Amino acid sequence: MGQCFNTLQFHANRCDGCGDCMTACAQAKANSDDQAYSRIRIFPKAAGDGVELALCRQCADPICVMNCPSGALSKNSDTGVIDWAESKCVNCLLCTAGCVYAGIVYEAAVGHVTKCDLCNGNPACVKACSREAIEYLTAARIFNAYADQEDMFCRGLAACHGCNSELLIRHTMRMVGPDAVVAAPPGCIPGMGTVGYNGQTGAKVPIFHSLLTNTATMLAGVKMQYNRVGRHVTAIALAGDGGTSDAGFQSVSGAAERNDPILFICVDNEGYMNTGMQSSGVTPYGSWTSTTPVGGQMQGKRTEAKNLPLIMTMHNCSYVATASTAFLEDYYAKLEKAIEVAKTGMAYLHVYAPCPTGWRFPSAMTTQVCRMQVRTNFIALWEYDPGNGLQFTHPIDRPEPVAEYLKLIGKYRHLSEEQVSHIQHTVDEKIAFLQQLTQIAAARRPAPFH
Amino acid sequence: MHSEYIIVGSSHAALEAATAIRLVDADGTLTLLTRDAHLPYSPTILPYVVSGQSQPDNVVLRDHAYFRDNAIAFMPGTDVVAVDPAQSSLHLASGETWQYDRLLIATGAAPALPLLRGLADVPFHVLRSMDDAIDLRQAIGKAQSAIVLGAGLIGMHAAENMAKAKIAVTVVELQPHALSGYFEPTASAIIERTFLRNGIRMLMGQPLRSVERQGDGCLATLADGTTIAADLLLVCTGVRPNIGFLHGSGIEVDAGILVDDWMRTNLPSIWAAGDVAQARGFWGGNVVNGILPNAVEQGRIAGFGMADDAGVVPFPGAVPLNTYSFFGQQAISVGRGCTRGGFEIAESGVDADGVYRRIVLKDGRLVGIATINDFVDAGIMWQLILRRTDLSSVKAEFIANPQLTGRQLMSQKWR
Repeated sequence: MGQCFNTLQFHANRCDGCGDCMTACAQAKANSDDQAYSRIRIFPKAAGDGVELALCRQCADPICVMNCPSGALSKNSDTGVIDWAESKCVNCLLCTAGCVYAGIVYEAAVGHVTKCDLCNGNPACVKACSREAIEYLTAARIFNAYADQEDMFCRGLAACHGCNSELLIRHTMRMVGPDAVVAAPPGCIPGMGTVGYNGQTGAKVPIFHSLLTNTATMLAGVKMQYNRVGRHVTAIALAGDGGTSDAGFQSVSGAAERNDPILFICVDNEGYMNTGMQSSGVTPYGSWTSTTPVGGQMQGKRTEAKNLPLIMTMHNCSYVATASTAFLEDYYAKLEKAIEVAKTGMAYLHVYAPCPTGWRFPSAMTTQVCRMQVRTNFIALWEYDPGNGLQFTHPIDRPEPVAEYLKLIGKYRHLSEEQVSHIQHTVDEKIAFLQQLTQIAAARRPAPFH
Repeated sequence: MHSEYIIVGSSHAALEAATAIRLVDADGTLTLLTRDAHLPYSPTILPYVVSGQSQPDNVVLRDHAYFRDNAIAFMPGTDVVAVDPAQSSLHLASGETWQYDRLLIATGAAPALPLLRGLADVPFHVLRSMDDAIDLRQAIGKAQSAIVLGAGLIGMHAAENMAKAKIAVTVVELQPHALSGYFEPTASAIIERTFLRNGIRMLMGQPLRSVERQGDGCLATLADGTTIAADLLLVCTGVRPNIGFLHGSGIEVDAGILVDDWMRTNLPSIWAAGDVAQARGFWGGNVVNGILPNAVEQGRIAGFGMADDAGVVPFPGAVPLNTYSFFGQQAISVGRGCTRGGFEIAESGVDADGVYRRIVLKDGRLVGIATINDFVDAGIMWQLILRRTDLSSVKAEFIANPQLTGRQLMSQKWR
């Protein structure tokens, strides 16, 4: 498998052209406040508002390197950065003929070409930007660490086009590894073939198809038996929100109360998407489902979703967290903790799983929908353990209006303005409540030692 | 001996072809046969080896580890003397024969010597290979004075580097001004003045009548009868493609090997790229465009084609291009920056700081740009020419600030 590298991502729509990134770059690279020394260059668009960016893309197929007659430029196979060796450069500028991004440029003040070197993995421009317009993407680490790990599910699972549950379970089980036993109650995950059909199994690890009602307790019992025979396995449930929040809740609650050593993952697609899009206890207000239709009397679901992950913090779990597949680094960090915790106590992960089929949005938009759930604060990414309390892991400083999220999704298409503002209000209240919890947690934590 | 892919040559076109082949075909046997005894290097670097700024072992473009890791057989000191397309074979000077399935000829060019009375009897240097550079460097150590015949890029680079080594240098050029292939007289004058200021004698528009041996050095006589004596004579009067060994092979040649837009010769299974190839000119005709970025591009096209890559993009046509640093100043020329008649020309002239800019347009499109001490992104200018980008709506802005306007345009183009 090839190698993946960290990179800078520029969000032109968030940039106001203040130039702080250029000042920071000049300071970092030339110890000067003069933006002429900057290797990142923001400049106005030709027409209309907005900005453009001139910056080295650290190309995988770098023409600048090919054009270099002295061997001064090279693609670093560890960092992915196009390295420039001053001792070898003869200032011929042929590299600049190979770049259409103005990423390598002759800088008269220093007398040679300069280019972005990603500041050894700690870019000054990113830290200087107050609007998060430049992001340093580090998810390459995940690819490099896990892409070569064996996929614990067979090929050809029959998930719907654009389903992120399949993405999620493949990612998850790559990290969990082969020493595992999986419980999968009725829902999309068994439905796509993980528990097998026609005498074949879809998983490469032991997997059993529990009932909707007994997943957590059955899994805890299986884990107990493995412990008894001296085998250390990760006991993991891959359940839907129906199997967790409604029919399955009494067993989940019981396992949590006992702090049974299992990893319970709730894949929340906000209803019974596998059986015809019926509403569940976590279906949000206003959603169209087949049991909360849109008609003369009803305009989608009339009641609010219950906040299942927050309910789980009020049990005796050792670890509770929410996650989104659009923020895989965040998820991987939480999964790593959860696997460790599940050796001795219960870890509960609540992963949001927008459903193109049941929610009616184009299958290519799944990740964008996931992203917008977070950016609008429709869902919040946080983690909780009894010692540290609740903490945001990806706080959103400037949330986008929730309407921007709702308009992506067919099941909200009928919403009136009043309904949208009601949802916005609920989202605001939910975030405010979570913020209070984080403040309580912060106040309870001992002050750092000085 | 047999190899699925054989590349003759070991500089930019050859190396990029090998890289491209390996991107598509990880396993096919791939062999580089090259007359040169050294690890791959660029001819462009040689003036810096002469000056001592670069060391011969520090300018290597690919090392043995690279060839080993990529399963490429690198065979230096291997002189191909004949190609037999009917038998798909190559004959070496050693008497060995190699069979190929697909062949790339990337043998580059060799110095073209002028028809000059007495030249055969005089010791002189050329600068095209690493051995040439090492010889010249040693000769400079012993010389007090030098004549550089030819004010092209190699000659000018060499003259500058010899002057920095405290040698009295005279540059003699037949054309009325230096670097006439890239710059028009105003720009060349800036460059020439800089050379004069640095103690280099510039004899432009001066045909040489003859040279003769004088002790260990030479005595040159100009057409007007003036004589110049020097310890060292360096001949830099251009290059010509290395195609002599193709005589009788049936491979079609003109000035160089004639190739189509996929770098294919007239014969099946044989490609040519780089300084040896004569490909489509961007503005028509077939041209040998002996510049480094051109060799890189042609080498890639040939390599992808040889490996049957479905995504191979045809050659858009040769555009002259050069970036030239001299005495700490920068000259850039992309396209037909020195063209005269029939075009719209915006020329800023020369300001007190020696800043010069000339933009050549036709039908609202960029044809060429030449600047001195005025950095523009050569890669962007090249693309604006190749894409025939319509600049009519931003013409004034482009002429006033080609760098910013170019970046603004390209920012929209690459999306």
